Amino acid sequence: MKFPKRLTTATVAVMVAIALGATACSGRSSGSGSSLTVYNGQHEQTTNALVTAFEKESGIHVQVQVRNDDENVLANQIITEGGASPADVIYTENSPALETLQNKHLLAAVAPATLAAVPSKYNSPQGDWVGVSARVSELVYNTDLLKPDQLPHSVMDLAGPQWKAKLALAQGETDFQPIVTSIVASYGVDATTKWLTAIKSNAANNIYPNNETLTDQVNKGHATIGIINAYYWYRGRAERGAASTHSAVATFSPGDAGYIVDVSGAGILASSSHKAAAQQFLAFLVGAQGQEIIAHGDSYEYPIGSGVTTAQPLTPLGSLQPAPLTIAQLGDGSTAISLLQKAQLA
Amino acid sequence: MTDTVADAPVLVTSALPPTVTARHRRPVLLWVLAGAVTVLLALPVVYVVAQATKSGWSEIVRLVLRSFTLELVWNTARLSVAVTLACAVIGTTTAWFVERTDLPGRRLWAVVVVLPVAIPDFVVGFGWVSVTPSVHGFFGALLVMTLALYPLFYLPVAASFRGADPGQEEVARSLGLGRMATFRRVTLSQARPALLGGCVLVSLALLAEYGAFEILRYQTLTTEIFFESQRSYNIPVASSLSLILVVLSLAVLGGDAAARGRGRVARSARVARAGTVHRLGRWTVPSLLGFVALTVLALGVPIGVIVYWLFNSGTTTLPASTSMVGAALTTAGYAAGAGALATLLALPVALLAVRHPRRSTRVLERSTFIVQAIPGLIIALALVYFSIRGLRVFYQSSPLLILGYSIMFFPLALVAVRTSVAQAPVELEEVARSLGRRPLEVWWRVVLPLVGPGLAAAFSLVFLSTVTELTLTLVLVPTGVQTLATQFWAYTTNLSYGAAAPYAGLMIAIAVVPSYVLGRWFNRLPARTREPA
Repeated sequence: MKFPKRLTTATVAVMVAIALGATACSGRSSGSGSSLTVYNGQHEQTTNALVTAFEKESGIHVQVQVRNDDENVLANQIITEGGASPADVIYTENSPALETLQNKHLLAAVAPATLAAVPSKYNSPQGDWVGVSARVSELVYNTDLLKPDQLPHSVMDLAGPQWKAKLALAQGETDFQPIVTSIVASYGVDATTKWLTAIKSNAANNIYPNNETLTDQVNKGHATIGIINAYYWYRGRAERGAASTHSAVATFSPGDAGYIVDVSGAGILASSSHKAAAQQFLAFLVGAQGQEIIAHGDSYEYPIGSGVTTAQPLTPLGSLQPAPLTIAQLGDGSTAISLLQKAQLA
Repeated sequence: MTDTVADAPVLVTSALPPTVTARHRRPVLLWVLAGAVTVLLALPVVYVVAQATKSGWSEIVRLVLRSFTLELVWNTARLSVAVTLACAVIGTTTAWFVERTDLPGRRLWAVVVVLPVAIPDFVVGFGWVSVTPSVHGFFGALLVMTLALYPLFYLPVAASFRGADPGQEEVARSLGLGRMATFRRVTLSQARPALLGGCVLVSLALLAEYGAFEILRYQTLTTEIFFESQRSYNIPVASSLSLILVVLSLAVLGGDAAARGRGRVARSARVARAGTVHRLGRWTVPSLLGFVALTVLALGVPIGVIVYWLFNSGTTTLPASTSMVGAALTTAGYAAGAGALATLLALPVALLAVRHPRRSTRVLERSTFIVQAIPGLIIALALVYFSIRGLRVFYQSSPLLILGYSIMFFPLALVAVRTSVAQAPVELEEVARSLGRRPLEVWWRVVLPLVGPGLAAAFSLVFLSTVTELTLTLVLVPTGVQTLATQFWAYTTNLSYGAAAPYAGLMIAIAVVPSYVLGRWFNRLPARTREPA
């Protein structure tokens, strides 16, 4: 099987042609003043639905480009980009990424009217980002392996020996950090460190890369119990159908340190040159129309602005009795991270 | 890895001094071009050093010496050694059966055993975790990475077995050495450069691996680098840890250089003959079963899981942001761009190293391998850092993304280009020149046809790796553009495996063609040495 000379030449020519073509035809379409770039760490479905509605709604025809990635990678990217970032808006699942950017003075102030549409406890205390939706942390458990009356009342109980080889953990997820922060706030650093060491040992064979996998593994019975943001369970059930669902969610006792409300939010970059359009987008997110989309959307999050309430089969936000943890206490999560590192869970 | 492939067919050159004529001229242009490429490849290292020193040297020392870091170094090192050994055994064994025995269907197996290269590591990881959750930790990582990386041993070793001089084996046998002893003392030592090359490539690839380890829950320096930069936004700490990776890669390269220094492989005859074919006899069926088992483990599991997802998953509510054809075309375009650019960049470095072999050119060439030990995320952040400050217009554009891939996968291209350049006899070029042909014409009509197949192989290797790349892609892809890998990621992060499966399938389908080309190229390598040099 000889490689004919002409074929070789042709191959090289085709290679170069494809390469040039790929380089030439995929330039960025950069609109004039009416395009908005959103760095999105929130679930893609939610953001897509919101963006589509916003583009239709906005009179000045704002074109939104969405860049999807893990919110931490996006925050890192913005930090590395510095003042030259092409991003106008960052939209995340959790507040610590936003707090980090705010602390580095990379966010601009959000319009007061936008902030006012949301209860102040869900916004940045400094006003540099606005809360858009909320989730609650709950227990997920396999219903074949555990009865509701066997469930622990407090997150602290999960450190007990009875959960050895039964507990599942996705401590790498951004959702886990706020729980650690909350335990530090309630019980102090030493108790938290002990708790982390104990749950690490209980979960030794059931540590998962993300909440989706954790929920799935509990549902399959590979693990018995875990802590997640409840919406992962609802979303999982919607994907796999009620018939193959062998798990359920349950809350901790009222006010327990593991029972917390996480806030998803959005901010405008200080370096943005489309601030007016960006403010318009944020106002839309927390306005009645944006909040209705979240209320009916398939992401199973709680709307928190403009008095809109959830249309999904969730315990209403008003009936939840979470730990009294503030956004400021959640902060940028650095204490939680250093404890996770010490416990060698990070 | 450089000489992996190279040394098999180039044995003639290593035994006889290379033609001297070309060395008389000082290769100024080559030095300039190769120097520019080296600077480009050094950018991630420069970034890592600059970021690491931001936190101060005392902080770096504290971080590096804490027990957790040492544990990570231990995890990384022992896995590297174990996987490299396992890959060496599997790669060498399969190569021996394919090249040196009468195993039925050898030509088919020659292509099949290469295919695992085309399967994304995270798909392999997901595949095994879905089959049984007990695949995790050290042994899980050992299993998955061995199955994913052994072709990097197979390719060069098979080529070496084909090109090796059978006369030496015959002499050994006639002097009374047994079969096993001959294999160990002659066949293996003939394949030594190829084996060393495989070691370098596999161990460097392991240092930077992330996707599979995240799924398998095995902590290495690289998983911690990801954690530090992603969860703590602590790029200085992530950079300090990356420095350890750079040091480890230097150790690997140094070890390789030291091991290469001792012993030299030469062949006695200028005209090679095909090696002895061993008859398997009653071992035929067990050997075939071994190949089937390897195929099931390396290909069957990941492909089976994709098929299972296709037919057994619920619906998804996440609409595709781009059509499957669109994503496939985008991916193929990027991969082709990266393949062509990396091959182009590798040419001056390979020419300089092969045609002007001396200490300085060798150091320059080896230094370009360090980049393979740096995690994709860090390379991506380095490019963010430099491009946004230097070339703002290129930021998050397709050319920058293609450049990123080319930097990341440069060592793979260099390996193949270097091999083919070493194979092309300088004499033919000189004859053409002496006949009054202009340099460009000589290039087009003499050099290109000679090195063309090798360039195609370099192109294919980079193409394959680019199709499945995810971390660098997510950071540098133009906003709003989706590749097969990013769309697969978007679906799997939503648990929509059914919707993700076709994208994984397409990635493999796109990658099969270059894998086939690669397999054929390595297959026919020795044929070249049979032509009078």
